[in-house]
Amino acid sequence: MNINAAYSAGRLTVYLVGELDHHQSRTAIRSIEELLDEYMPRDCVLELSQLNFMDSSGIALIVKTGRLMKEQGGRVWIENPATQPRRVIDASGIDRLIPVAINK
Amino acid sequence: MNSSNYIKIEFPSKSCNEAFARAAAAAFATQLDPSMEELGDIKTAVSEAVTNCIVHAYPQTIGKVSMRLRVIDSCILEISVRDWGCGIENVGQAMEPLYTTGGDDRSGMGFTIMDSFMDSLRVRSASGKGTTVTMRRCISPRTGRR
Repeated sequence: MNINAAYSAGRLTVYLVGELDHHQSRTAIRSIEELLDEYMPRDCVLELSQLNFMDSSGIALIVKTGRLMKEQGGRVWIENPATQPRRVIDASGIDRLIPVAINK
Repeated sequence: MNSSNYIKIEFPSKSCNEAFARAAAAAFATQLDPSMEELGDIKTAVSEAVTNCIVHAYPQTIGKVSMRLRVIDSCILEISVRDWGCGIENVGQAMEPLYTTGGDDRSGMGFTIMDSFMDSLRVRSASGKGTTVTMRRCISPRTGRR
């Protein structure tokens, strides 16, 4: 998988592209930690429109990002999840902790 | 019960095989003409079951994982994922949402997701001997098919 990031006016948007499973998740979490350290954003958006596949490893990544942002006093939300990640998010109930926004 | 077709795949518990296992399961499932959503659900459940073998069954070693898929009564896909690893001491506890022994890289949602994406889920485990997860999903016939 690939992680791309864009930063503007206190908001870091992290684009997760490809497939996110346990094999990929440790590297992905480390990349996000580095991005949060570098930018210290007020808001962090996890943009999932190009994430073709995600399992519960993705839920762990979302929860961890949420915790890191809370420690920094910032906010985090999920944006535009593709169909399969959306079903995993719904099944996990994580959207009760971390909001899901659809901006298409 | 008529078992019409099956495959059995064996691979080492290396995390790079997670993507292979779910792709193989999806490829086998296509004979039932599943929808994209059903295919996504099957791939997700397989990914969870295989990841459990890699993370929990063989935490310090590489061991054998066996995945068996079969078609039952022309419309039910049965997936069995078996390992010969450490086993689960308390299956009920392991299946509780958010319960994990895997640290903060793991969400503890694996069994919850398998359970909600499949029609049935059965877990048999013996401490020190291994675990078999068997899941079934009925693939509904689609209108306009054939």
